[in-house]
Amino acid sequence: MNAAVAEVRDTKASSGTSQPLVQIRGLSKTYIRGKQKLEVLHHIDLDIARGDFFALMGPSGSGKTTLLNLIGGLDSPTDGSLAVDGKRIDKMGEGQLARWRAGNVGFVFQFYNLMPALSAQKNVELPLLLTKLSGAKRRKNAAIALQLVGLADRASHKPGELSGGQQQRVAIARAIVSDPTLLVCDEPTGDLDRQSAEEVLTLLQRLNREHGKTIVMVTHDPKAAEYASHTLHLDKGTLVEHQGARGE
Amino acid sequence: MKYFHLVWAALMRHKTRTLFTMLSVLAAFLLFGMLDSVRTAFADAGHSVSGASQLLTMSKLGLGQQLPLSLQSRIETVPGVTAVAYVNWFGGIYQDPKNFFPNEAVSENYFSVQDAVVLPPDQVRKFQSTRDGAVVGAALARKFGWKIGDQIPLQATIWPQKNGSNAWTFTLVGIFTARHASEKGIENAMFFRWKYFDEARQFGNGNVGWYQERIANPDQASRVISAIDAISANSDHETKTETANAFTASFISQFANIGLIVAGIMAAVFFTLILLTGNTMAQAVRERVPELAVLKTIGFSNRSVLGLVLTESVLLVVIGGVIGMLLSMVVVGGVKAALGQTLPMADVGGSIWGLAIVLMVIIGLVVGVLPALHGMRLKIVDALAGR
Repeated sequence: MNAAVAEVRDTKASSGTSQPLVQIRGLSKTYIRGKQKLEVLHHIDLDIARGDFFALMGPSGSGKTTLLNLIGGLDSPTDGSLAVDGKRIDKMGEGQLARWRAGNVGFVFQFYNLMPALSAQKNVELPLLLTKLSGAKRRKNAAIALQLVGLADRASHKPGELSGGQQQRVAIARAIVSDPTLLVCDEPTGDLDRQSAEEVLTLLQRLNREHGKTIVMVTHDPKAAEYASHTLHLDKGTLVEHQGARGE
Repeated sequence: MKYFHLVWAALMRHKTRTLFTMLSVLAAFLLFGMLDSVRTAFADAGHSVSGASQLLTMSKLGLGQQLPLSLQSRIETVPGVTAVAYVNWFGGIYQDPKNFFPNEAVSENYFSVQDAVVLPPDQVRKFQSTRDGAVVGAALARKFGWKIGDQIPLQATIWPQKNGSNAWTFTLVGIFTARHASEKGIENAMFFRWKYFDEARQFGNGNVGWYQERIANPDQASRVISAIDAISANSDHETKTETANAFTASFISQFANIGLIVAGIMAAVFFTLILLTGNTMAQAVRERVPELAVLKTIGFSNRSVLGLVLTESVLLVVIGGVIGMLLSMVVVGGVKAALGQTLPMADVGGSIWGLAIVLMVIIGLVVGVLPALHGMRLKIVDALAGR
């Protein structure tokens, strides 16, 4: 067991949480590109506590996004186990994973990935289409999510009519509208200017602190990582360094 | 239905491209509506004789075979037949082959049988008393600037005169109009006296092309048809009697297999449409790979993505197709009014619409299936990474 796992477990113990939200053991991921086998993640052990704000850092190609994709159920590991909220998502098939993602994870991407032809309101409603909520209830929930990210007055605007920071806040509203346990954010400020980035990070921090969302965020930016309560460094597919909880 | 706005948004993502694709679908189904109207008219011709007040009798071997003039008096004896006229297709050319119009030699009583035309009584009498007399439809008279008293020269293509000349000249003694607006096409025809034609033609004398009968009770058409054809049964000139619609269809079918032509044209049109629309759909889905990946990321299943893309392609074809079919109803109505019975066309009704809707859905599914499978199978992490 490496130092990172031990340190995070210490944090958990101090916060009094009984079981980590994300529990990773011996996780490996190998891609086959042509005739080459490329091991991107190598025997990762990691626990992420419920309500944590976790930053994943590391150089390009270190495996940060791969690890994030595995935690978010977008990809399956080659080896090892991955449980989220007690559920072994590494054992799930494609259909099961899709249903699990719909109910448990919110995603925020570097380039927002909003539907350009839909209004902000309709973009935020997208995850709710997979639920049994009525149209009125979907609209109401989307409006609440937009209000939470401070964009209630931009509901009818299409992504092209919003700034980068506003688009990312719409993406965050979309990520939280179905009230998931876990938010995974891949370079959420990578395409934003400093001020917009700070707004987005403050918003994520607020969602973590006030609404108890567990957040795993990949970032290159040390300033962005400062908003997280824990930071983990990856290099060549291996955990190399872990900073404990800030302010503790 | 809750996904409809997603499908619509995808269609409206590139409005110009969608508009032009819809226009090509529209054009294809406009053509389909018109051509299938013709095909249906030919296919249905003769299937129903009920309600027909006019019948036509021709040789069972086809219009190329003549019937003896002596048959007229025998047909007149059939109960229910009130009048019998006879006709020969002349096929003459006025000045230039591109000036084609139907021209026929008809018996003197023709206008008492043919109720599609209105010819003033004094002009009927003039026609019956003028040896080389001819009458033309109002549209034809307008087209060539003819007026009563004019000499109209026609160049024979089938029937030379006894002296070997193909030049025939007729005196215009009357101008008729169509009784109903839906039969305006007959105003492009010319009729002249069969007696003059028979006396002067080089061969075939004493024979007619076909007989045209008026019957007393349209509900008894079926019985009358059987009785007329029974007259010549087992003779060397067996006949086939049918309604005017069926006769026109038979006449045109001599020159071409309408069903085969329509099927051939539509196959080519729809094949081109599938290539064009398929390419558009493939391009549209390629452009939206990241968006489809996001849908899958937030929990849309593979089957949902497949369904969304297939619905989009079917909707694209159905919208264009329905507008095209509606336009075809307007155009067919106009063509029928202009040409009347010259070109049989059925109304664009339930059966044609039914076939069109089935074709729209099939084409929509065919053009959408490959892009939809592509969308369904895409791997989220690769798609999000732009691989």
